[in-house]
Order: sequence, then C-alpha cells, then structure tokens
Amino acid sequence: MIEVTGLTKRYGRKVAVNDLSFTVRPGVVTGFLGPNGAGKSTTMRMMLDLDNPTSGSVKIDGKHYRELSEPLKHIGALLEAKAMHGGRSAYNNLLCLAQSNRIPASRITEVLDMVGLTSVAKGKSKGFSMGMGQRLGIASALLGDPEILMFDEPVNGLDPEGIHWIRNLMKGLATEGRTVFVSSHLMSEMALTADHLIVIGQGRLLANTSMADFIHENSRSFTRLRSPDRERVKDALDEAGITAVEGTGGVLEIDGVEPERLGELAARHGIVLHELSSQRASLEEAFMRMTAESVEYHAHTGPDGGGAPATGWGSPGWGTPAGGGNDQGKGA
Amino acid sequence: MTTPYQQGPRPGYQQGPHSGPPQPHGHAPGDGSFGYTSPIPARPTHLGDAVASEWTKIRSVRSTMWTLGVMVALILGIGLLTAAAVAATSDDVGNENVLILGFFGVLLATMCVITLGVLVISSEYGTGLIRSTLTACPSRGRVLAAKSLVFSLVVFVVSTVTTLVTGALQVAVLDGRSPTGEEWFRSTVGVSLYLAVLGLLSLAVGGLIRHSAGAITVMIGLVLLPLVMAMFMLSESLTWLREAMFTYSIPAQLSVFYGSDVSLDSVGSGPRGWEPLWIMLVVTAVAMVGAYFSLDRRDV
Repeated sequence: MIEVTGLTKRYGRKVAVNDLSFTVRPGVVTGFLGPNGAGKSTTMRMMLDLDNPTSGSVKIDGKHYRELSEPLKHIGALLEAKAMHGGRSAYNNLLCLAQSNRIPASRITEVLDMVGLTSVAKGKSKGFSMGMGQRLGIASALLGDPEILMFDEPVNGLDPEGIHWIRNLMKGLATEGRTVFVSSHLMSEMALTADHLIVIGQGRLLANTSMADFIHENSRSFTRLRSPDRERVKDALDEAGITAVEGTGGVLEIDGVEPERLGELAARHGIVLHELSSQRASLEEAFMRMTAESVEYHAHTGPDGGGAPATGWGSPGWGTPAGGGNDQGKGA
Repeated sequence: MTTPYQQGPRPGYQQGPHSGPPQPHGHAPGDGSFGYTSPIPARPTHLGDAVASEWTKIRSVRSTMWTLGVMVALILGIGLLTAAAVAATSDDVGNENVLILGFFGVLLATMCVITLGVLVISSEYGTGLIRSTLTACPSRGRVLAAKSLVFSLVVFVVSTVTTLVTGALQVAVLDGRSPTGEEWFRSTVGVSLYLAVLGLLSLAVGGLIRHSAGAITVMIGLVLLPLVMAMFMLSESLTWLREAMFTYSIPAQLSVFYGSDVSLDSVGSGPRGWEPLWIMLVVTAVAMVGAYFSLDRRDV
C-alpha cells in the first residue's frame, strides 16, 4: 500500500507535481497514466525518496521510505532500464543490490531465470539491448520479492513477446496480493493490464477510478449508418424523432439508438443501407480528451494543431493490436 | 460493475514464459494482513552490508583494476627508473635518504587516486545507478561511509605494498646507508595515508559535483594549479602569497613525508612531520560533510 498525500514538487516557478493525493492498493494493478511531461517519473522518484517533495508526503505501508531497513524486501522499482554500470555483468549488478539488503545470492539466479537472462548473466550489461536492459531492471525490482512493485514505462523497448510477458507478470504479481504500480503514456496498454487508473496531467490529478468505470464513463457508443439515399434516411429519422450527426464521407452517426431499430426503420421506408454498425469511441481518445489542455508538448503538424484529433471515432488504430476491441467492449 | 479492489489475494498465479523455480506464495492464510509477505527472511541490515555491496562494485569493474594497475606501475616504474638514473650518474649517494627517490612516482600516482576517487561516486550519477543504490540503501550516510571505507582501504593497502616494494628495491640498487625506521614508516605508511585521504577528498568532490570530468578537473587543478600560479607571481608584493602557495601545494606537502623542508622565509616554518596529513584530513572532513548534505538534500 502506497499513500500519497498532497504531494507537490516545484522546480523554481514551474510546478511539476501539483498537490497529488491518492492511494495505491494491494491486489490490483494500478495504472499511472499521463502524457509525456505530466510528472509521472517525478512522482515515482518522490515515492522512492530520490527527489524531495516541496510539500506533501509519501508513506510506504505507513512508513517513510527512509525508515525502511531493507527497502528492497518491501518495494522493488524499475525506473530506468539502463540504470546499471555497463562494465559490470548482469549478475554482479544484481549482486551489489542483493548484498546491501542481505538477500541470499541464490535469489539472483532465481530472478535472472524469471526474466530470461540466465544465459547472459555473466556478460557485460553494456552489450545489452534495450529490451534486455529492461528485463535486467525488472529482475532488480523482483530481487527482494517485495510486496510493492513500481514500474516506470516497463514495456518500452520490449518486443511483442516481452510485452506479453510483462503484462502477465504484472497481473500475476497483483493476483498474489502485491501492490503493483505501473506508469505509462499509452491508454491502450493500460486498458490491457490495469484494474485501477490514476490519470495525471501537468502534475494534477485528473482521474482516480477503476478501469471498468473509466471505460464506462468515457467511451461514447453510437451507431454508424451509411446509405446512398442519405436525404431520405434523414427524413425518416426526423420523422421518428431521432437526431443524427453527419460524419465524414456521407456517414451518419446516431447516439443512443440500437442498430436493430434503425435497420427496421430503414426497411419500413424501403431505404437501401450500405453500412449499419455499432461503434465505440476509443479509450485512447477519451484519454486524450481528458488530458488535452494539459499536454505539455504539442506537435503542430495537422491543421488542427495536434492534441486530440477531431475525427477518428472507433478508428482501428488504437488498442487493437492485442485484442483492444474486446477490452473496449468490457464496459458495455 | 465489479470493483476489483475487494478481490484480495488469489492463489494459483502462473508465471510468465521464463518462470524458473516455482515461487513460494508468501501470504500466510488467515494472518489478517492484506497483501503479500515475502518468504525471504528480513534481517536488519547494517554498514557491513553496504560495505560488501561497495566492494563488489569496485572489484567487478575492469576500469578500477586498470587504474590501480597504472598507479602501481607509476610508483614502481618511476621509482626504479630514478634509482637507476642516480646509480648510473653518481658514484656515491653518501648519507642521503634514498627513499626520497620514490617521490616522483607517488606524485604521478595521485592522478590515478584522484580519478578513481571521483569515479567511485560520480560514475553512478553518470549511469543512473545511484538511483538503484539509494533505493536499495536509503541511508545516505551509510552509502557515503561504505564507499569511503572501501575505497580508502583499497588505496591504502595497494599504495603501502607498492611503496614498500619500491623502497626495498631502491635501497638494493643504490648502495647508500639504510634508511631509519621512521624514514621507512613515513615514506610508506605516511605517504599511503596521505594518498588515501586525497582519494577521499576526490570522492567528496565527486559527490558534490556529480560529474566525472568536472570533478576530476577540479581535483587536478587543486593539485597542480597552486604550483603553476606561483610560478607566474613575479610581483614583489605577492611574494608572501607565492611562497604560501608553494609551501602548501599538494606536491610540496607530499614531499614533507620524504623529509624535505618546505619552509620559505616569508611563510615561516612550513608544515613538517605529520602535519600535511592533518591539514589534508581537515580539508577532506569539510568536503565530506558538504558531500553528505548534498547527497541528503539534493534530488538524485
């Protein structure tokens, strides 16, 4: 259990983290979501007592971090994958950490095996790929078999197999009753792993909700209708008292009416339909809408100046690679 | 809608594709506590554990061994070359203390000590390893103490052995009088203590500056600059300052251990005996306190 109360961090006049309060509970994966520069890493560093908060406090199981006598047995963290000395072998990198916390050396072989680095344990970590570095970082987080785990962007640099592995690992760790706190800037990734969601933007808390509730509240569902005889469809809809919004490419979007009813309506009027489908707005978009005002680094490429795109309802790009569609339907 | 909070620990967790030996389930059923308890026994840690960790760090990096190797080579090589040169040019060294010929090697070896001392701490900032170190051991004082202990002991032991061997060879090569016990002690143990404390000063500066190249530059400047600057202070009014800089420069202080008299007229009696070591200790203590507060207060 991690309790964050009124956490604030100022760098000069710039406020990086602004009065954050939340609790991370055991037994579930808690996603920590925010755009780049939202203050996720700063918050995590303050949680580990690496950065000093301007005000506020963080309690790990009711204690301040510095009061933990062998912290690695309470909390394991992956901050940066490359936070290792390149000239040192993977085994020795872990040995330094294990010795300072009186963790038996047998545990090092165990965690190296767990992350799949046994074969390169004696090799210099300088030659490691980003993914291997990430695995070594995860191994060091698991070293003390801690009850709290903290991962900062753990899927960065991992291949699809590795991403799949870390998702299962995090879920498994939570199922064992551990507290798992994982940061990401990808909503689609969080939708697949997290049970609970904490969203921040420009250092402020934007949402603290269960994943299911977030999906329920933030994904707009609507029916998409396409017909060569658009005017007649509109008339028929008007007649039935249904409002439709004109989308791009001659498409009509209708909120809150089931496709069944619309299909029957069209049949009654003898109108030809080319498409009639139920749609759901992507979570990624809901996330972008939520953080739109607080995004720090806007890319000015499109005419709408970046930020949340104006179109793209239910666009297949978000969340689909690993069955995001199913997850998006979860809240229905 | 179910809120997953209330589910609590569920057994039967399957590990990822690389799962090794089955991981024991630590949560004791019915103990009332919520969450996971590690099966690894928790034993209170102390400074000794941090020292063990720092020793692993020092010995597991090849650059440490290289730097120490160069240091040994400098003391031994230059010490022997000087002795050989003296033996070839003069017939009689008379009543001189031949151990003084070890001075030049040791002076150059200070560069290795400085580099290593700075790197012991600043390399961790360079790689980000310092974050792992401090999450594993949140007590800044313990980390700093462990680093200082391990590093100064390594320097002291290596330097004592090397200066002893070099001195013995010099005495053997040059057929002079055998040095007194005190001369032996000061040019081996004394010099090595001075090097170890100089190393600690470098470590403290490394902790204050947090940047390898910057800290090494500062330390090399500290060793060489007073001498270089003194050379160009030709003005009459600066005589006192020039002579003070000569007398209290690190090379001059180091030479005191070989029995040289660094006293100059305007400064009066310069440090003699073991005084250079005490001066260095005081300076290092001040820097170390600064390094501790920097580590304790500044963001990592």
